[in-house]
Order: sequence, then structure tokens, then C-alpha cells
Amino acid sequence: MEFFRYKEPIKLMAKAKYFGMLSLLLVLSSWAIIFTKGFNYGIDFAGGTLIQVKYNKKAPLNEIRTALSKVEKYKNASVTNFGSDQEIVIRTKSSSSNVSKDVGKEIATILKDTGNLEIRRVDMVGPKIGAELREKGLKATFFAILGILLYISFRFEWRFALASVVALVHDVSIALGAIALLEIPFNLDILAAILTILGYSLNDTIIVFDRIREGIEKAKDVILSKIIDESVTRTLSRTTLTSLTTFFVVLVLYLFGGEILKGFSFTLLVGVIVGTYSSIFIASPLLMWLGFSVKEYKQALAEKKKRELEKEKLRNQFEQGVV
Amino acid sequence: MGKLNFRVVIFALAFIFGVVFSIPSLVQSESGKKITLGLDLQGGLHMLLGIKTNEAIESYIKSLASTAKFELDKKDIVIDNIEFKSKSFSFEVLDEDEVQNALKILQNTLKDDKVTANKNIFTITLPDTEIEKVTQKAITQAVETIRNRLNQFGLAEPTVAKQGKDKILVEVPGIKSEEDKNRIKKLIAKTAHLQLMAVDEDRASRAATMSPQEAKRYGDIILSDVKNPNEKYLLRAIPILDGSMLTDAKAVYDQNGQPMITFELNGEGAKIFAKFTEKAAPTRARLAIVLDNKVYSAPHINERIGGGRGQITGGFTINEANDIAIALRSGALLAPVFVMEERSVGPSLGKDSIIASSIALVSGFVLVFIFMIFYYGIAGFIADIALIANLFLILAIMSLFGATLTLPGMAGIVLTVGMAVDANVIINERIRELLKEGKSVAKAIEDGYANAFTAIWDANVTTLIASTLLFFYGTGAIKGFAVTMTIGILASMLTAILGTHGIYQMLLPKIKKEKLGFWFGIKGVK
Repeated sequence: MEFFRYKEPIKLMAKAKYFGMLSLLLVLSSWAIIFTKGFNYGIDFAGGTLIQVKYNKKAPLNEIRTALSKVEKYKNASVTNFGSDQEIVIRTKSSSSNVSKDVGKEIATILKDTGNLEIRRVDMVGPKIGAELREKGLKATFFAILGILLYISFRFEWRFALASVVALVHDVSIALGAIALLEIPFNLDILAAILTILGYSLNDTIIVFDRIREGIEKAKDVILSKIIDESVTRTLSRTTLTSLTTFFVVLVLYLFGGEILKGFSFTLLVGVIVGTYSSIFIASPLLMWLGFSVKEYKQALAEKKKRELEKEKLRNQFEQGVV
Repeated sequence: MGKLNFRVVIFALAFIFGVVFSIPSLVQSESGKKITLGLDLQGGLHMLLGIKTNEAIESYIKSLASTAKFELDKKDIVIDNIEFKSKSFSFEVLDEDEVQNALKILQNTLKDDKVTANKNIFTITLPDTEIEKVTQKAITQAVETIRNRLNQFGLAEPTVAKQGKDKILVEVPGIKSEEDKNRIKKLIAKTAHLQLMAVDEDRASRAATMSPQEAKRYGDIILSDVKNPNEKYLLRAIPILDGSMLTDAKAVYDQNGQPMITFELNGEGAKIFAKFTEKAAPTRARLAIVLDNKVYSAPHINERIGGGRGQITGGFTINEANDIAIALRSGALLAPVFVMEERSVGPSLGKDSIIASSIALVSGFVLVFIFMIFYYGIAGFIADIALIANLFLILAIMSLFGATLTLPGMAGIVLTVGMAVDANVIINERIRELLKEGKSVAKAIEDGYANAFTAIWDANVTTLIASTLLFFYGTGAIKGFAVTMTIGILASMLTAILGTHGIYQMLLPKIKKEKLGFWFGIKGVK
């Protein structure tokens, strides 16, 4: 079976500026959301306490809130359903450093009149660890981008590297924008998803770029947009297919993987879609916009080859004792 | 069937390796190396503890003072007005003629510390190196002590380890109930600092009204009763002896059937104890048994007590008595610990997470499996075989390293299922292209692999960079995600590139150009 039967290149680059405008709009609104609304930092980064409670019937949210409001420490706690209407999570910004006092037990005592319940999970992160995790997370992201940038610059021409990083920023911005917009708690798992998007988005871009590079080296033509159209069309099947299989599994993870993985798999879902789109519609035309010249590239390539040949010649002469 | 080739042999070996070493994990056999389930999947308690190191230094200074006093006492040099600061303590030697003598004794016994004398006022200061040593010792000792306590509590495989410079990681899997979790936390938190202290009988009547500052001036300290906080005791600040001289502690029942704890002192402790009781007996002075700065009892001493045995009573339940005995046996914490991070998952949630993530894994796998065959025909099936091998390899490698599988780790495996077929998609697309260009099947396969290689390589390297950094900077369960992703990518290089290539080479004689629809899922190519 085939989704795309290659006949002639789809003229994508001619319409590239519309995609560029769409992306610019998406990225700018993502930034606007992030800067005005901000992230809903979860306890991993902000510190605080999260308690997951399961009832054997529908959780009585109002009674729970009333019971909690009577205790100073939990006065400002938020109570929301989690996954099903039998389960809730209670979130507070405070944490306790006392080892022998158990938060789970404390909550169970406060809520004992609200029904038959089970404390399923307690996560508590002190302010110092929160700050440490934040720092580690930033470091991981920074070094990941740096490492990937270095690798691509080493493997491709600098404009390729720059274009792939712009695509990367595009993908991550939109994913972060979605997280901020939907107020998904920003925890370690979201960070892991963002780093995965980093890898995935590049993965996709590289496959297309690899084809463009190959196209440039082979093509007689020197018009970049034609080469890009041709390469993108040829990789279209692959891009769609891989994105589809990845999309399948992430969707399955989102639907069946349990409530704890919801935020993580949602971020990935956004990332897979945006990452696929950007490698075709953003990263590739960026090469054009950055003024990449096929002619110069070919000249540079030819010169490099010439130099190598001369070197070879010299070496041969030297070995034969002519010089 | 075509010829065997080195690629298919390596692939077959890897497949067998994968299956064999993942069996112990899959069937959860007793023997063999297995994957351990993370606390988020099997339930348990994870804590990152900090340690109040300045309290360790404080009590170290006190013990130095205790030693100094003991050594000077032996030579009948009387000291008074002891004052403690954060890094030093000072006192007066009452008889000014003894100053030189005292200085010599102190310099001999407290070699590592700076001893200075200003007239008859002595100051002993801890150098920074000494403070660092005490701090480090407090941490390593806390790790040892907590480990001992958890082991004696009878738990399966608790982990206690130093993390970073000054943190302690405690992981306790398999906690059955909230009740047990509570007991474990209490057991960890107990400093179990046992002190035997003399009651200041001269001023005992003022214990209830004296201010802490005034008590300090007399070299005393005010502590309250364990059951009745309003009942105060005025005690000499320097203890007669402490829990470090303990050799054993047991929970037993007294004659009334009340749980209590008996303890035994070592030789030196017994000697000091005997000496003290001999001195105290004539005046029937009291000796306070102090645990974690609470007075449990303060009996009058009626006679010299040899043998070095004592008991702690205080209306415990038998569980409490047991836990205190464990804590005393495994030694005191030099400084109290506090929680910096705590994550606990109940066993039922762990089970739910396993079920949910397994469902995701299986359904994701089935979807991809069918889709690949549907789209690529036999070529898709070959990719599926590589995918199965990949999954077994992930499990096998994790089992061999005894790696921990967490919930994000499961997500990593699910994601690998989607991404590992990518290499085969790229290769198959290349092969299809070459076939359409009219190349022979053999040529199309060889060139297809060659053309696809750089792209797959570069793509995998970037994903590896991201997952490796996640491993180094990630913490806890997230590390598990990086682990499965990394292993998955590495294994896919072997299975999806080398393995499938070998299979094609082996099947080559069978692949007919007329049947490309069956083999590669394309039609209309002649």
C-alpha cells in the first residue's frame, strides 16, 4: 500500500511563506500565553504537597473542601478530580520537613467523615529540592540543545544547523504554549517530554535535510526551491509514516496509559504533530530564507574535492620520490 | 531458503540473548537477574533526607567538654562556668595554680583542637577541618544507622545511600499499609540519643520556675518529662554517659506485663556508671534516663550499681518499645534528619499503573505491528520481527544491569515501539524508490540500506544526546525514561538496521520481481 505515489514534486516552497506566517503567529501567541499566563508549575519545581485519594464511591468534593478548610495548613489547598470521579488530588504549596509526621495519615484523619477512602499517593517536595530540580532541568535542556547544535553543525553546513534549531524552538515553543494554555501542571515528566520533543523534532528535520543535501549534490539544477520540493516530496511517505506510528503509540499512551502519564503523553502528542509539520514546512524553507546558495555550496564542495585530489597527487608524487 | 549470512546470525544470537535474559523478568522467577520495579510501580516510600549538621557539631562539642571534664576530674582539677558556642566552648579552672597543668592535660587529650588559655579561662575551638570531618561523619553515620534500623525492622531490600554532598536517599519498597509506613518513618526519624544525666539536686526545687538562661549559667539544662511536659527536670548539662557506650537493647515485659526496654553498657560505660552510682548513693541523688531530650524516668540511686545494666520505662506499646530498642541497638543519629522530598505510592496505585501502562504498550504494539504489514507487506513483517527483538533486548539488558523500571520508563518503551520502526520505514522507502527506478531487487536492497544509513545514524545520535542528558540531569523516575529510551535506540541500531538487512539477504533468492506487492507493498513496478 502507498499513501503518496511519487509522480512529480509537490510545489510546497511556492507556498512556504503562508506556512511561515502561520507558524510565526502560533509561536508568537505561544510566547504571549507563556509570558502573560505563565506556567502552572507543579510541586516538582515549585515545591509543595500532592495527595491522591481514592473513594469507593463518587468523591464528595464539597464535603472534602469544607473538611480541609477547617485546618489552617490546608485552608488554601486545591481539590480536583483525578482521572475518575472517585479519585481526587489535593494540592498545597506547603511541605513539612518533619520525618515522623505523615501527611497521608493527617489527611486521612481530616477526611475520615467524608467516606471510605484510601490514600494512594503522597508527593512532597521541599523548597530547596524544588530549586535544585529546576536548576537541573534547565541545565539538561541547555546542554541538550547545545550538544545537538554542535553535532548538526559538524554534520551539516551552518545554515542547516541554524534552520534546524529555529524549527526546534518553534516546536518547543508551541508545545510549551499548549501546556501553559491548558494549565497542565509543569513537572519533571513534562520536562522529559519536552526533551523528547527536542530529539524527535530534530530526528525528523535531519531526515529531510539529509535528503536535501543528497539532492543538492546530485542535482544538475541550482534552484534550491526545486531541490527542496523534490526532496521533501520524496521523504513525504517516510515522514508521514513515522509520525503516524509514533502518533499511534503516544495516542494510545494518552488514552490508556493512566492519569499520571496524561500530561506527559499530551505534550508528546502536540510535539509529534508540530515536529512533523515544522520539518517540512518550516525547517526546509528556512534554508531558502537564510540565503543558502546551491551554487556556492557546490563550488565549495568541488574545491574541497579538488584540494583532496591535489593532496592525493602530492602524496603520490612524494611517495614516488618525484619531489 | 537462502544462505545464512553474518548479519542474520548476529541478529539471531541477539534475539536468543534477548529472550533468554528477559525470561526471569517476564515470569518473575526466583533466580536469575531481574528488572526491579520502581517504587511508582510496586508501591513504596521514597525520601530524600537532609541532616541538621550543626546539631551534630553541637553535640560533638558537648562530648568534647565531657571528655575534658572527665580528664580534669581525674586530676582533681575543678572547672566551672562552662559556656558553649557554635564552634567552641570555654570554662574556668577554679584553682589558678592548676592552669599550666590543665593546659598540658587538655593539649594531650584534645589533640585536633585549638586549646587556648587566657589566665584561668580556657577556650577550646574546633578548626574548620574538624568541623568538616564531624559533618561528614554525621552523614555517613546516619546512612549506616538508618540502613541498620530498616534492616532490623525486617523490610525487604531497603536502599539507603548518600546522595550528593549532604543528602540521604531512602527507598523502601513493598510497604503494605499506611500503618507500617508511619512506623518506618518514626523509626528513621528517631535520633535515639540516650543520655544518662545527673539531676542537679542543689537547685532541683527551682526546676519548674528557672529560666533556661539561668540554668545555663549553672552548667545545667532543663528538660521535660516524656508523658507530662509540664513536669521539668534540672539536669547537669554534661551527661554522665550516652548511647555510644551501649552494647545491646531489648524490648521486654516488666513484672506487671508493661513493655519496657533494657540496655547493657560496654566495659567503659559500666565503669563510669558504677563510679557515678557509688558517689550518688549516700545522698540518694537522682539519675535521669533521657532519650531524645525527654526524661523517661529519674530514679533515686540507693547503692552502687555494677554490671552496667539499665532500663527505660515509660508506658510504651510493644511496637514502640521494639522500635526504640532497634534504634538504640543500631546507634544514635549524630544529628536529626529532616525531609527534603518524599514520594510514597500505595500498592494499589502501583498495580493500576502497571495495568494501564501494559495496556498502552500492548495496544500500541499491536497497532504498529498490523499497520506495518498492511503498508509494507512482508517488508513490514520483517520490521515487526526486528521490533519484537528490540523489545526483548530492552528487557534483557535492563535485567542484566538490574535496572529499575519506572512508570516513565514504561512510557519510554511504548515510545520506542513507535520510533524504532522509523529506521525500517526509511529503509523501506529507499528500497521502494530504487525498485521504481527499475533497479534489481538485490541492488535495491543493498543501495537502500546504504542510502538510508546516514540519515538513520544522524537521527539516532541526536535522540541519544537528548536521552543521555536526561539520564544525567534527570532524577528519580524520570531517569527510568532516559534508560529505556537509550537502550531502545541502541538496540534498534542492531535489530532494525543489521537484523533486517540480514533477513533480506537470506530471503533474496525467494523475492520475485513480479510479486513486489506481496514483498514490499508496491504495485505497478515492472
